[in-house]
Amino acid sequence: MNSLILRSATQLLLTILLLFSFFLMLRGHDLPGGGFIGGLVAAAAVALYAIAFGYRAAQAMLRISPRALVGWGLLAAVASGFLALLQGQAFLTGQWWIVELGGGAELKLSSPLLFDIGVYLVVVGTILTMLFALEER
Amino acid sequence: MSWLVGAPVILPLAVAALLFVLQGRREAQRVISTASTALLVTLSAILLYRVSEGGILVAQFGEWRAPFGISFVADHLSAIMVVITGVMAVATAVYALRDIDPDREALGYHPLFQVLLAGINGAFLTGDLFNMYVWFEVLLIASFVLLTLGNRREQLEGGIKYVAVNLVSSLVFLGAIGLVYGVTGTLNMADLAIRLPQAPGGLVSVIAMLFMVAFGIKAALFPLFFWLPASYHTPPQAIAAIFAGMLTKVGVYALIRVFTLLFVHDVAYTHTILLWIAGFTMVTGVLGAAAQNDFRKILSFHIISQIGYMIMGLALYTPLALLGAVFYIVHHIIVKANLFLVAGIVRRYAGSFDLDRLGGLYRRAPFLSVLFLVPAFSLAGFPPLSGFWAKLVVVLAAADVGAWPIVAVALVVGLLTIYSMTKIWQAAFWSPLPDGVELAPRPSGLLYAPVIGLALLTLAIGFWSGPFLAVAEAAATELMDPTAYVRAVLGDAAAATIGRTP
Amino acid sequence: METPLALTVGVLFACGLYLVMQRNLLRFVFGLLLLSGSVNLLIFTVGRLTRGAPAFVPSELSTPPGDVSNALPQALILTAIVIGFGLVVFAMILLLRTYERLGTVKTEELSAHLEAPRPVPMRHDDEAPA
Repeated sequence: MNSLILRSATQLLLTILLLFSFFLMLRGHDLPGGGFIGGLVAAAAVALYAIAFGYRAAQAMLRISPRALVGWGLLAAVASGFLALLQGQAFLTGQWWIVELGGGAELKLSSPLLFDIGVYLVVVGTILTMLFALEER
Repeated sequence: MSWLVGAPVILPLAVAALLFVLQGRREAQRVISTASTALLVTLSAILLYRVSEGGILVAQFGEWRAPFGISFVADHLSAIMVVITGVMAVATAVYALRDIDPDREALGYHPLFQVLLAGINGAFLTGDLFNMYVWFEVLLIASFVLLTLGNRREQLEGGIKYVAVNLVSSLVFLGAIGLVYGVTGTLNMADLAIRLPQAPGGLVSVIAMLFMVAFGIKAALFPLFFWLPASYHTPPQAIAAIFAGMLTKVGVYALIRVFTLLFVHDVAYTHTILLWIAGFTMVTGVLGAAAQNDFRKILSFHIISQIGYMIMGLALYTPLALLGAVFYIVHHIIVKANLFLVAGIVRRYAGSFDLDRLGGLYRRAPFLSVLFLVPAFSLAGFPPLSGFWAKLVVVLAAADVGAWPIVAVALVVGLLTIYSMTKIWQAAFWSPLPDGVELAPRPSGLLYAPVIGLALLTLAIGFWSGPFLAVAEAAATELMDPTAYVRAVLGDAAAATIGRTP
Repeated sequence: METPLALTVGVLFACGLYLVMQRNLLRFVFGLLLLSGSVNLLIFTVGRLTRGAPAFVPSELSTPPGDVSNALPQALILTAIVIGFGLVVFAMILLLRTYERLGTVKTEELSAHLEAPRPVPMRHDDEAPA
């Protein structure tokens, strides 16, 4: 689609949408959000880019094939399950590491977060695979 | 040891992830995919050994206790099915090295194959109904893509029927799960075994029928089988073989699981319907095969008729009959997949699956002819091959309870199976080569390796049937008395409440 | 509230079944969408309805203070929606490819198309290109 307005707006919106998708993913453990919905927003961002600049430009922007994204996501999700096995617990048992940042702030890292990142990547990868499959002739 | 219960699912999933990342590096994909199937069969064999030594193994993912979390349960039946999946995985992965073209490999054949294995094993091992639905969908979507990979005309046409019917079946399955949850408030199968008998019987029967329809479609039971012969002859042989071996058997497994563990409140009603269906399935399958003149279509219709024998074992619902059903499944997976692989080699020789365009293979390839005869005679039930014992046990079990009509059906269908197998033998191997058909040189030896391996396995089951029957008997005993299953998942206190009304 | 929802499930299911039995495969896919919607609604309804009580526990408590709605059906439905979404998209892509290659999405024309004599022999078509 050749529209100046859409193109200019997309350049701005892409960044905001991607940032928002990260926010949704990180928020998701205790509150509404999560890897799935975050991944959907990110995929929507790329889809918007594909509408504005063509799907080849979107593929070029991604630099990585969507299927490889699925692979990395699955790897991250499976790896998050193995972390528990190292502790002698059942597969997928949640593991938490709280890092003190000083000044009362703390950073909560966890295997569910890694799992969510995996879900995020799988969702982005799957939806973009479908989208590009529909575009390809 | 709980990780071992999840291993047959987690391994192929992890390998699939790795193969997705390695997209485009063909050699690496081939090596990893094939090697991982060897590891898969080893882990599965260890699992079966542990189960037969120490009883049912249970894993609670994320340490969420049953019935709140998702349990994976490996009893004898599940472990047997997982081992046979591993065997098929090795056989088809080796065959695929020469059978799947680089185009399909580039489109993602290898990772999808692993996803399919994960889905199959997940469906076999899970102890939770909804989780079973999820694994069914995982294996379905992988099978959809594998079936239509390459987008050829027949593939698309067959693929549409396969996809359409299976999607409807999934929705029926999901609806049935919803109703089970509404009636009992739980989806853990061990928990359901306690609670379903306390629910109103009529409602439970309705739900049981929904499950019968949903799994009946997956298992290709009469009258819901037409998608199978419409689609199984379209993909490459390696894919067709694992489909023919495993996919309908996932449906059969699910039927056996729910109609021994969950829906035994009114056996006289539900299992009688199953028996009728089994009879019709056998007859229509074998008659359909007799009318066909294409190697693969004959084999496809025979899958249906053989499924009838398995369901007959389930429907009779005695320890001997279930033993027969389990034994039959194992025998049939090996034999049927092997026949599909042989068909692939025949096609490499003669360039066709059409029996009118085949011939002269006995002169040209006597060894291949023997390799065809072993599974073909086994399928037809010649002693002392595996199929003979399988049919014998099921028929004996039917005679035991005096179900003479089904005995007659089973025997007649057996005879007609011999007719189909001799038809293929006659047309493809014995008769002279038709005019204008040239035989190609002998295809790669790697294609023969899995065929020989599976044929030896068929012979082994035939000549040393003792240990195989013993394992099947252990599975049947567990299926007839779900107490051990419930105790393994929920503990002693829960197991004591089975069959008690509140 | 259960009765109207149950009726809705029934009506949706019937409409879905009607569409699924059409010969036009595009309508079949629409039928699938309706069926899957009705099944999801069914799960939601059988999970019992609780009004005005979200399935959350306040962060300062470890157990819910009063009534909470049952979160499990919602989790089941979410999973089913995701799976259904993937399957329907796959079905749509399959239909598109079929339309491109065979020029029709009507079931009877599909079969006729296959039975008609083909311009090119299809033998050896899935062999590796030399």
